[in-house]
Amino acid sequence: MTALSKPGKVVVLDGNEAAAKGVALARPDVVAVYPITPQSSLVEHLSSLIASGELDAELMNVEGEHSVLSALQGAALAGARTYTATSGPGLAFMFEPYIRQPGLRLPMVASLVTRDTLTPQCVWGGHQDAMLVRECGWIHMYCETVQEILDSVIMGYKVAEHPEIMLPVNVNHDGNYLSFGVTRCEIPEQALVDDFLGPKNINWHAALDPERPMSVDPLTGNAGGAGPSMFVRYRKGQTEAMAHALDIIAEVHADWAARTGRHHAPLVEEYRLEGAEVALITLGSMTGAAKDCCDALRAGGRKVGVIKVKTYRPFPVAAMARALSQVKAVGVMDRSVSYGWNSGPMHQDTLSTLGKTGLRMPCLSFIGGLAGADITEAHFERAYDAVFKAASGDMPPGPLWVNEKD
Amino acid sequence: MTEIRIHGRGGQGAVLASGLLAQAMADEGRHVVAIPSFGFERRGAPVACFMRVDDKPIRAMTNIYKPDIILCIDPTVSKVVNIFDGMAPGGILVQAGKGDPAALALPGVVAKLGLCDAVGIALAIFKRPITNTVMLGAFARTTGLVSLAALKSAIEGGEFRDAGLKQNLEAVERGYHETQLLALKVAA
Repeated sequence: MTALSKPGKVVVLDGNEAAAKGVALARPDVVAVYPITPQSSLVEHLSSLIASGELDAELMNVEGEHSVLSALQGAALAGARTYTATSGPGLAFMFEPYIRQPGLRLPMVASLVTRDTLTPQCVWGGHQDAMLVRECGWIHMYCETVQEILDSVIMGYKVAEHPEIMLPVNVNHDGNYLSFGVTRCEIPEQALVDDFLGPKNINWHAALDPERPMSVDPLTGNAGGAGPSMFVRYRKGQTEAMAHALDIIAEVHADWAARTGRHHAPLVEEYRLEGAEVALITLGSMTGAAKDCCDALRAGGRKVGVIKVKTYRPFPVAAMARALSQVKAVGVMDRSVSYGWNSGPMHQDTLSTLGKTGLRMPCLSFIGGLAGADITEAHFERAYDAVFKAASGDMPPGPLWVNEKD
Repeated sequence: MTEIRIHGRGGQGAVLASGLLAQAMADEGRHVVAIPSFGFERRGAPVACFMRVDDKPIRAMTNIYKPDIILCIDPTVSKVVNIFDGMAPGGILVQAGKGDPAALALPGVVAKLGLCDAVGIALAIFKRPITNTVMLGAFARTTGLVSLAALKSAIEGGEFRDAGLKQNLEAVERGYHETQLLALKVAA
């Protein structure tokens, strides 16, 4: 902890409550919600914080997730800081306004309490829901711990509202293992968060104002006239802001660390890569068990490391390449599938990173933790074994399904 | 690191108990993680909760397969679930139940038993078989991993839907004092 950082109050709570506390500290003006497993207790906590007056915000209980985000877009256009949270089928129902939000350049934070998707019918954790919306133009950050959820929700607003970014941010935490996992968490002081976030910088480019009438989201595009170039300007602006967000996310994490003493890797965390021959790439709450496994194998003399991805969209290619360049072979542990590639989505991102940066190495796809399945230290040890085998030329033809025999 | 698995049935408050225990242990300066098993919450259905406690930060957010301690807050759930799964010889069992401990037919791995008539105490206090806070008292007495004072302080900070604070404080107190401790011979 740095000399400047201020310790907060330590409490014991689960990930959903930590998210709600983080939201309350960020002081949104309007919160719209529709409950869904495993997000429900998050919005119940928020609702009680608003009822008790601890959070001075308008709470809208609407009839479904499509209305949740539509209502919040209206609120954002009126200058409000907004928040919501959803999971799985709720996110699916939110899809139409979800894809409009980044194009409108309306900053907000929405928690995805990640859940596997139908079908078969399931209510448990997995990253499939968030992965299905990875190319919609939202920033996606995945949390490893309960503390990181609280911290990242607050940091999310600073990233989203940065004048050079103006994009919505999903702060994702794993359904079940983090949403209901209880542990210690430090709650920063309100004054610290107020000072960190500064004055609200919501959407003054598009705020509805009778003194300054404008049309929001008019018909744009087609071949001819100003259409094509105007449409390209929108798209290019969005993609450039996404790319630039990597720098801002790093700055914001550094600022938060200086104020709180809590250093979360902003893009990619390199864990014990010094002298490592192989590494596993992780996302979210699975990372703790991967680090424990790494330590145990290191103690036995095996040269292994962990590469954790925090910011998944925009994908941190340079940071990833820096990590990958230190090993000879890698395995990617996805908690979701890419139907189109018969592997995991992050496996594809890793292959793209290797291709884009000219690195060459065996890169295995592991798919585990679907629908609430556990990825334990023992699973990670078997995954490391498979990556070592791949490093010596024994490459499996398809993905390895981690929980297939559980 | 000590790994604890809590077994019970939906409606007895196993998940709430794990949260209170986590709070009490954290208040005593320990690092602690509690993860509930994830089913649909139905009254009477078997539920489990996984806890780790250590003097250093805990990173694994996974279920528990080799418990050091089993806290079973229901007298009959062990008939439908193998609550001892993965326990190594020398383990501790904190069990809701009464009568002759020999009748429990415990496996040889259990070295220490704390037996508490939690249903009887809960019926006397709450008029319902809500055994969670009673069994927290039994847990403190049997394992010594947490103090009765820390548990009471955690309960004072908790929220109770089905019963009052005063009753829960009485429950944890009676659970602590009315637990029968037995050392068992471990079979290899």
